[in-house]
Amino acid sequence: MAGKVSVKVENVSMKFSLSSEKVDSLKEYVIGILTGKQMAKDEFWALKNVSFTLEKGDRLGILGLNGAGKSTLLKAIAGVYRPTEGKITKKGVIAPLLELGAGFDMQYTARENIYLYGAVLGYNRKFIDTKFDDIIRFAELEKFVDVPLKNYSSGMKSRLGFAICTAVEPDILILDEVLSVGDAKFRKKSEKRIIDMFAHNVTVLFVSHSLEQVCSICNKGLILDHGEVKAFGSIDKIAPIYEEMTS
Amino acid sequence: MMVYIKGFWKRRFLLYELVIKGIRLKYRRSYLGIIWSLIEPILTTIVLTIVFGTLFGNKNRDFPLYIITGRLMFSFFQEGTKNACKSIRANAGMIKKVYVPKYFYPLSGILFNFIIFAISLIVLFPTSIYTKTVPTHRIWHLIPAICYLLVFTIGMGMILATLNVFFRDIEYLWNVALLMIMYMSAIFYYPEKLLKSGWFWILKYNPMFCIIDLARSGILNYSVTWWNLLYPMIFGLVTLLIGIVFFRKKQDEFILHI
Repeated sequence: MAGKVSVKVENVSMKFSLSSEKVDSLKEYVIGILTGKQMAKDEFWALKNVSFTLEKGDRLGILGLNGAGKSTLLKAIAGVYRPTEGKITKKGVIAPLLELGAGFDMQYTARENIYLYGAVLGYNRKFIDTKFDDIIRFAELEKFVDVPLKNYSSGMKSRLGFAICTAVEPDILILDEVLSVGDAKFRKKSEKRIIDMFAHNVTVLFVSHSLEQVCSICNKGLILDHGEVKAFGSIDKIAPIYEEMTS
Repeated sequence: MMVYIKGFWKRRFLLYELVIKGIRLKYRRSYLGIIWSLIEPILTTIVLTIVFGTLFGNKNRDFPLYIITGRLMFSFFQEGTKNACKSIRANAGMIKKVYVPKYFYPLSGILFNFIIFAISLIVLFPTSIYTKTVPTHRIWHLIPAICYLLVFTIGMGMILATLNVFFRDIEYLWNVALLMIMYMSAIFYYPEKLLKSGWFWILKYNPMFCIIDLARSGILNYSVTWWNLLYPMIFGLVTLLIGIVFFRKKQDEFILHI
């Protein structure tokens, strides 16, 4: 499967400051300066020196225990976080199915939100115009197009979010355990849509706790442990390591 | 530089959507909707004219026009900077979850207020008919005045948005500062007395007063000074530059503080 490089992560580190006294008022700041007190700065490296390269069509499963840095890594690749150190290069259209509906406005109707959220994802108006009916039909919200989102159930909201996110044909698909959207019927439908995307030679980054799910979808695996890459390679080699880790 | 312009152009639809969202949500569920942007300045001008005209004895015929010009410009500055100040915190949920160029938040907050301001300028027509003021060729003064106002507001907005991420107090401090700036900008009194006193610098070095005075000179037909034409332009551009540099330098830290 030698092809073009799709995602390249080079020595990426991500630092968070977990200062126990978070200074966000001017008074505390001035007092801190005047008394010469050192701000307790607990630095926490969510990612340490992570590097890997994916070629177009690779499907990477990211495994690790809670707090290993999986979601941070996905967010850094999606562009939400800027890595403290290192560099991430990616080619093509990204569909981040990270937090469905993060751009939604609750006072807006579904119609308005499709345009707003579409714009957040980088679509242009013409594209949304052509996909509008598809999105509504896929989310099964034909009757609620002009209802403000605050009156929606959480299932309806995530269905709409999923439909908008997957309206593109992405080159890179980022999945954070979102396969469980809505009821059983919608879940089947959404799974089918994602599997269909796989057929189009899309690069996938998938986070899950279920090794079974990862094995069925991915051809490569990456194990993160406390922010560091513990193992990276084909999924057949990675799966036993992860099994050993978790047992 | 080209990279930024390209990035901006690619995402212009998002900026448009954010601006429209501000306008739509501001007047949603009110019966008169956007017409409020016309009624509100007229009503407050009537109040101010009664208080400062009738009660304080400013009997000039064009006093209402004098007041409404100052008030319209100042209230855009006020609403725009307030909105920008809160913008990063108000959109914390979105910033943590999806990638959007961060300057879009303060910028869209200011631009939507600018559109409402532009619409509300319509009220200058009925007011000038009421005061029997005929516009002259000097009306062009409005163009630089409005440009300076926008540039200065965006610059201040970027600075405030950045500061407010790190110190929440700024939101409250800025409200007090706005009150001070309002009294220092001769919105509802004539500046002559103050200009002749030892306190003239309060007005002379206040960019808001210079901008408002520039606009008034266009509407009320008096000659413009070089000072009013140049000082607020330079002040505004420097503020914008500081705002952009400061915002850019700190924007990657936002996510750790919101």
